[in-house]
Amino acid sequence: MFEDFFKVVKHRFNGAEEEVSGPSFKCPRCQSTVPFERYEELLKVCPACNYHGRLSAKERISLTFDKGSFEEFDSNMISCDPIGFPEYPEKQAELRETTGLKDAIITGTALVKGQRAVVGIMDSRYMMASMGSVVGEKITRAFEYATENKLPVIMFTASGGARMQEGIVSLMQMAKTSGAVKLHSDNGGLYITVLTDPTTGGVTASFASLGDIIIAEPKILIGFAGRRVIESTMKQRLPEDFQLAEFMQEKGFVDMIVERKKMRTTLAKLLAMHTPEEKEV
Amino acid sequence: MENNKTAWERLALVHTKGRPTIRDYIPLIFTDFYEMHGDRYYGDDHAVICGIARLDGKPVTIIAQVKGRDLNENKDCNFAMPLPEGYRKALRLAKQAEKFHRPVICFIDTPGAYAGMAAEERGQGEAIAKNIAEFMTLRTPIISIVLGEGGSGGALALGVCDELAMLENAQYSVVSPRGFASILWKDASREEEACNIMQVTADDMVRLGVAETVIEEPLGGAHNDLDKISENIKEYLSLKIEEKCQKDIDELLKARYTKFRKIGEFTE
Ligand SMILES: [Zn+2]
Repeated sequence: MFEDFFKVVKHRFNGAEEEVSGPSFKCPRCQSTVPFERYEELLKVCPACNYHGRLSAKERISLTFDKGSFEEFDSNMISCDPIGFPEYPEKQAELRETTGLKDAIITGTALVKGQRAVVGIMDSRYMMASMGSVVGEKITRAFEYATENKLPVIMFTASGGARMQEGIVSLMQMAKTSGAVKLHSDNGGLYITVLTDPTTGGVTASFASLGDIIIAEPKILIGFAGRRVIESTMKQRLPEDFQLAEFMQEKGFVDMIVERKKMRTTLAKLLAMHTPEEKEV
Repeated sequence: MENNKTAWERLALVHTKGRPTIRDYIPLIFTDFYEMHGDRYYGDDHAVICGIARLDGKPVTIIAQVKGRDLNENKDCNFAMPLPEGYRKALRLAKQAEKFHRPVICFIDTPGAYAGMAAEERGQGEAIAKNIAEFMTLRTPIISIVLGEGGSGGALALGVCDELAMLENAQYSVVSPRGFASILWKDASREEEACNIMQVTADDMVRLGVAETVIEEPLGGAHNDLDKISENIKEYLSLKIEEKCQKDIDELLKARYTKFRKIGEFTE
């Protein structure tokens, strides 16, 4: 499985935006630098402070699910331009080209140590994984599928919030996705949220905060309002660890903080404890 | 209706000093209003007022964001930017309404949820998410009206409903025009341009499937004739509450889910 992961990493690195600028990765939390190769070996975790860096959806899939088990839903869905925002279609076409993604989320089913789950993985390279029509529709369909087929859902969230370029239509995706989560929950379905860097804005204020179990990766950013917005409008100085996973756990909004290398096993164990046969994995 | 105003001109009307707030409307639309305070967990947020009252003699629950009419009131209600405890109070009252089979009427009037350290520490995101999810399956009719500004998730937390109405000059948006300009163009001074392209007016909401009804304001805006605008709001509410109360609750919930389910524009 890890071999697979590295192949994907190497391939993806050629297309990544912010990280190709130098031969080393600079940690946004502790500012220390680490050679890229070493950073890859560490599954993109900062060796100095344990910040869990951003992964592409493909990397996440190969790291988390049983090899070859992922089956994608709605792989051709692309967004229209609901408010006719200048250059939005062009920007999307360009991003589809450079990232190989159709929008900011990939959904489907996958096995975690043999257990089937409906999964969604957001990818921050695509417009900061903002939620517009496509993200909203794919998540809603994923939950509806899970409800119908009595499957658990695992969502790896990462988002800058609502997709501004889709105006009010993007805001309504919060209602649409949360409604589908609620019906899945009322039907007895298990929903595990894995918050990854960064989970903010309208995604935090909808499906990301509605998990039965909320997991976060270490040192990642979780919040509703952005740090800069708070600092500038409220003229408040904020503590260093403000809105980091550990801070949010202390405030009562995260069940557990799980390191990337233990994520697959943790998810498998949690899924197993929610299946009727109570088999051990 | 006045059809020749730009979105920016309407926003100016909404910001006019003297624009009625929910405090002005309650005595003209309802009787026997009793305010209920607090979320039972942390405190009482003055940006959201909740209570029970009678509409046409029948009990209803009111959940409303409240703007101040002067600086002192605005300081007290935090310029209508709710804290998490405001949303949790709203949810408490909504659940109470469900228990006693009272319809819920939400009045939206906020530039957005409060953005500050206290709000983050107490889970602004969680509070909004919870309201959205719970309102979706609340087993009693919900009608929401945008009175002035409906800004971002802070508005949507009172906006999951069976039907949404907009006052003629009211706006509903994913973020304030100023925020939009600063996020997308890194230039907050382009807020007028942002406001005019964001599609935030009452007519835009009806066209995009977000709202069902536009409530006519008196010529020049709601502040020009409080009695008339109150009468228009009351007429709308009486009609809709009666209509929704007669519906089978499971049918109502299915329609509520579908209303939001179908919003989104994509191709495959
Ligand atoms: Zn670091």
